[in-house]
Amino acid sequence: MNFGEGLTPQAIAFGLFTILTIGGALGVVTSRNLVRAAIWLMLSLFGIAGFFVLLSAPFLASVQVLVYIGAIGILFSFAVMLTRGMTNLKERFNTQWWLAAFAAITAFALLMVGVIVPVFGTTVIPVADQVTTTVDLGVALVSGNQYVLPFEVASLLLTAAMIGAIVIAREDD
Amino acid sequence: MGVPLWMYLTVAAALFSIGMYGVLARRNAVAVLMGIELMLNAVNLNLVAFWRYLTPFNMSGQAFAAFVLVVAAAEVAVGLAIIIAVYRNRQSVEVEDVDMLKG
Repeated sequence: MNFGEGLTPQAIAFGLFTILTIGGALGVVTSRNLVRAAIWLMLSLFGIAGFFVLLSAPFLASVQVLVYIGAIGILFSFAVMLTRGMTNLKERFNTQWWLAAFAAITAFALLMVGVIVPVFGTTVIPVADQVTTTVDLGVALVSGNQYVLPFEVASLLLTAAMIGAIVIAREDD
Repeated sequence: MGVPLWMYLTVAAALFSIGMYGVLARRNAVAVLMGIELMLNAVNLNLVAFWRYLTPFNMSGQAFAAFVLVVAAAEVAVGLAIIIAVYRNRQSVEVEDVDMLKG
């Protein structure tokens, strides 16, 4: 971020999406009411979708909004209502929450020291302004020498997961 | 592009750590799954950021992010189904109450 030339629109958008993402994530892990946690989760995922737009990946951003905020957010809301997690008035954290906090802070510190400090301050610019488009992504996903096999396996996985979810959640009669 | 790569990496690292705290510290199984979602999203953000800054002509980064998204959707569907099945049997979604496999 080059403050010498004033705040660029990208930098302002980046800050906004950072607030959305991190604030939403903190809301997810701290809110007592799980319906609120689901809403915070949607907010955080929306911030990630904004990052995808900034990184010029518009297809992933739209899929993020459709699948994560649309489908998974609603799925979480249903799960919370079906299990009455919202009326659960017991402690929200387990007895080792301080150990978990220590582990999370240690992981963050290790990531910062090991990965980010070496590149801190260096302005790694994108190697090119021209990027591949959604058409290229579509072609890559179905062309024989690239990702057609993982693509088909992914659809198989989704089918298996859907059938499995129905079987597991079905009422025995 | 006015934002350098390390800022994306910092945001992703923070998101991953927050998600990890949620997974380790929450008692409700649905909240644990939400923490896993946050961690998967941090990974996706890293994948797309590295793709944009280092290999924008190669589709690997975006394709991998798409597959992570697919696997995350499958994982949430099965995970929530398991939670609902456990709730039906145990009347509880606390992870500490699910100890049927304990010897």
